[in-house]
Amino acid sequence: MATKTIRAEYLKGLWDENPVLRQILGLCPTLAVTGTVITGLAMGLATTFVLIFSSLVVSSIKKLIPAQVRIATYIVVIASFVTIADQFLKAFFYPISEALGPYVPLIVVNCIILGRQEAFSSRNSVGRSLIDALGMSTGFILTLLALSSIREILGAGTFLGHQVMGPWFKPWIIMILPAGAFITLGILLGIALQIESRTKRN
Amino acid sequence: MAIFISAVLVQNFVLYYFLGICPFLGVSKKIDSALSMGLAVTFVMSITAIVSWLINNLILIPYDLGYLQIVSFILVIASLVQLVEMFIRKISPPLYQALGIYLPLITTNCAIMGLALIAALNEYSFLETVIFGFGSGLGFTLAIVLMAGIREQLDLSDVPEPLKGAGIALIVAGIMALAFNGFIGMLT
Repeated sequence: MATKTIRAEYLKGLWDENPVLRQILGLCPTLAVTGTVITGLAMGLATTFVLIFSSLVVSSIKKLIPAQVRIATYIVVIASFVTIADQFLKAFFYPISEALGPYVPLIVVNCIILGRQEAFSSRNSVGRSLIDALGMSTGFILTLLALSSIREILGAGTFLGHQVMGPWFKPWIIMILPAGAFITLGILLGIALQIESRTKRN
Repeated sequence: MAIFISAVLVQNFVLYYFLGICPFLGVSKKIDSALSMGLAVTFVMSITAIVSWLINNLILIPYDLGYLQIVSFILVIASLVQLVEMFIRKISPPLYQALGIYLPLITTNCAIMGLALIAALNEYSFLETVIFGFGSGLGFTLAIVLMAGIREQLDLSDVPEPLKGAGIALIVAGIMALAFNGFIGMLT
């Protein structure tokens, strides 16, 4: 791990260790908020904020945390930043906060964030943890964007609220329903695995 | 009663709120371990519902500490799970073996946290919260056991290579969500 270049450290979050598609982490928010692109994007950014700052804090105090209570410590750190993000959204972006509902506070139990603290920030330097957090967040946002774009375009015929499909288009109601989220993500996972095994073979 | 039915069937935690997906996919390969996971979650959920209601209504609201909600809920849940884990290890080692790594993971099971938050958001009374917690747990158990049943069959069928594992599980979950949609009519 220590020999990885900064570039590789960042890029691994995009594909090789993409939190959603490859590690199958953080599925709950991924499925729940991707009905429209705007909520997906907001969720991605909020998670990014929490992940980056939690990684910074955890990696800088890692020597002070006793091993037995490390998980509890991470959770308190994460919960503090989630509270900040939640209050911030409520104050400045009330409609988005309303649309995301309980899923903003639920960032606290997003396995991606806790997973990165345990697997990475607790053993690496502050700088490296920052790069890792940035890479993971980018991967997460890209996945959310892909999923929410598919669901919004097929489910409502719009993209970021703008009409993109012609008048002939009948929205696929199923894409907005929970069922659409599950099925689309399942197919995306399949495609990701297929691409991966193709590139491995070559 | 309406809350109970809605928590079990209509607003099912897994299939409607998308909460608790990690254990839903991780522990749904065998029916028995799925059942024990479901029961563990039901148990923790019922207790969490009670404790979080008490904290929210007796401490946070009277003293206007709403912004501490996230931190206090997660701490309560983490300690509760620890207690349950010690309890099960003492009472039933085989069950403890079966649940394995997923028991500590209940802490980061969004279903538990989501339960506390959604109950607080809906401003349920004490009794309603208890029913909601128990019903949601049962709903989770129902979903995960059904899923395990389907996946045991799936092992025997010919699934395209890239979809094996999580992919096909998610697609099955989608079809289940569609079926559960039919229960909406029960409430109107």
